[in-house]
Amino acid sequence: MKEDLVLPAPREAATGGAGEPLLVVEGLTKHFPVKGGFPIRRTVGAVQAVDGIDLTVNVGESFGLVGESGCGKSTTGRLITRLLEPTAGTISYRGQDISHAGRKQLAPIRSEIQMIFQDPYSSLNPRQTVGKIISGPMEINGIEPDGGRERRVRELLEIVGLNPEHYNRFPHEFSGGQRQRIGVARALALEPKLIVADEPVSALDVSIQAQVVNLLKKVQQELGIAFLFIAHDLAVVRHFSHRVAVMYLGKIIEVGDRNSIYTRPRHPYTHALLSAVPEVDLTDAGAGRRERIRLAGDVPSPIAPPSGCRFRTRCWKAQDKCATEEPPLIQISGNRAGHLTACHFPEDPTIEGRDEDIVLDPALAALEED
Amino acid sequence: MTTLTKEAVSPDPADAGAFLSVRDLHVRFRTEDGIVKAVDGLSFDLQRGRTLGIVGESGSGKSVTNLTILGLHNPKFTTVEGEILLEGQELTTARESELEKLRGNKVAMIFQDPLTALSPYYTVGRQIAEPFMKHTGASKKAAWERTVEMLGKVGIPNPKERAKDYPHQFSGGMRQRAMIAMALVCDPDLLIADEPTTALDVTVQAQILDLLKDLQREFGTAIVFITHDLGVIADMADDIMVMYAGGAVERGTVNEVLRSPQHPYTWGLLNSMPRLNSDLDAPLAPIPGAPPSLLTPPSGCRFHPRCTFQDRVGGTRCVDERPLLGPDRDSACHLTAEQKRTIFIEEIKPRLG
Repeated sequence: MKEDLVLPAPREAATGGAGEPLLVVEGLTKHFPVKGGFPIRRTVGAVQAVDGIDLTVNVGESFGLVGESGCGKSTTGRLITRLLEPTAGTISYRGQDISHAGRKQLAPIRSEIQMIFQDPYSSLNPRQTVGKIISGPMEINGIEPDGGRERRVRELLEIVGLNPEHYNRFPHEFSGGQRQRIGVARALALEPKLIVADEPVSALDVSIQAQVVNLLKKVQQELGIAFLFIAHDLAVVRHFSHRVAVMYLGKIIEVGDRNSIYTRPRHPYTHALLSAVPEVDLTDAGAGRRERIRLAGDVPSPIAPPSGCRFRTRCWKAQDKCATEEPPLIQISGNRAGHLTACHFPEDPTIEGRDEDIVLDPALAALEED
Repeated sequence: MTTLTKEAVSPDPADAGAFLSVRDLHVRFRTEDGIVKAVDGLSFDLQRGRTLGIVGESGSGKSVTNLTILGLHNPKFTTVEGEILLEGQELTTARESELEKLRGNKVAMIFQDPLTALSPYYTVGRQIAEPFMKHTGASKKAAWERTVEMLGKVGIPNPKERAKDYPHQFSGGMRQRAMIAMALVCDPDLLIADEPTTALDVTVQAQILDLLKDLQREFGTAIVFITHDLGVIADMADDIMVMYAGGAVERGTVNEVLRSPQHPYTWGLLNSMPRLNSDLDAPLAPIPGAPPSLLTPPSGCRFHPRCTFQDRVGGTRCVDERPLLGPDRDSACHLTAEQKRTIFIEEIKPRLG
């Protein structure tokens, strides 16, 4: 397994052409209407859940999407799997525009894009056996694998580390980690090219979480499946993804290869996010101190996001320009190719401790002064 | 914990000077499926002004322990054995009226989900003022002033106006701040925080954790901090107790437990947790299997069905005999101290990077 893990070069996918774009998203936007008024309810505003994002997932690549709640990462996943209809922008899969494709047009593609959901308790039908759940996708798509569906299901159960004899059991007979494995098996049933995994491990206990992360990583590498891995846990995303995009209030504010994002971040929000992760420091005291940034308040409402740069209301570097001009997502000088940042006043590319901590929270600042 | 002498296996809490002392606590619930042994022989001490971090997976008994301290379990279906002493006062046998005097006054609690823990029907200010009026006998006006002061202290902007708001008008982080204000309004000696930041975003979590630390420094409160996240524990706690299947398996100071852990379960937790600076080429090393059912906990060492070091102990000791946990730095495992040390240094530590 060890040699498989040499990253970031993904293994050649069965379809050939690793490194070629599989999924290209441009200007993707989703606004949910907000209704109000009486007696005639009309649209009074919009939740700008996703507001013009561009991203590319290559064949066999695992692409991580991180951000805090409400940043639009799950909506992005649902738009790409076409569970939601985009307001604007295009989604092309293998060169074919599927942004508004109808049921018939989507049919051949549906089997290639699969999804793994967050909650293994609500994403499996309690009235169906495991065999029925996993063979469901094959039935719907009319696929008859060699040796029959049942054999294929047993094979899949084995791949995800479950006992093939559990074919006739019901979901309630399994623990959370095992249920998530059933979800993975279902996603693999149609031999997809792209799996959108929306917080696949956040509902699980730490020791179980590691089992599922390892399983997904194995699946990703050995079967050459591209992943869009959506999670809020930065350490898990780092472990799983070749490239990572950071989202804030419906925008991608920084994207790049894993090392750039985690060791040479430029956007202040990425800095704040990384510094906020509580870490077990196993090294000796004082060695490699991390920077400490404490933002003030919560994420603003996506109904009325700040003008210009959306992070400016919580940013310590914000100036007048940030309010009037939206920073474009570009490669800042000194960044590696493919590392794009949307900021007018980027930070130094380091995560080491600063001379002075940045504490924006007024209560913290007041308590720490005395 | 640190003041206890090494020889004393079950020391008299009265002369140990511990502020909170739990002795051989057993909590069992009667359910349709049988008796759940949620807490099974747990002992620990907490000194004034210190933070004890309790870490464990779901179902390890960490929350039940603390609900029992506050007497928040349903007595109809629960059997509690053992002692819980708060400044020498026995709580397991205390009357409800006595507990009522303690709750919110000397002992306060912060819950995981502030939206369900706050009443949607009353304003935030009223919910904070109420325990203060009840316990101190303060007038409505004085209580309101105190409320506004506390809300300001925990970082609610414009506290005078926001005190009149309802919980749904607050954001998640602000609700948790209001809960902290409510818990601290009577200046408690003991604060129990049960996963207080699990429902929050990481940048907000960092603010709340720092706030709790700073407030503790100012008020000198003792904190029992319950979490499943080792990173949070490392940040918050002075002492750590690791729980598994209803009992403590390892305890010590933060440095002892995280830098030289002794119990195979603690090794497993550290190894299975991805970190920001961990080695990416090595796959995570999860603990095999799943936590046991507390209806029929395993015999002997509760961890033995998932433990990969059983053969080093030899024989059937792990299956037959339950390892004991001393009151000081110790781990409940049959491996010898020398084995624990060498296994950690030679086999576990290199993988942690």
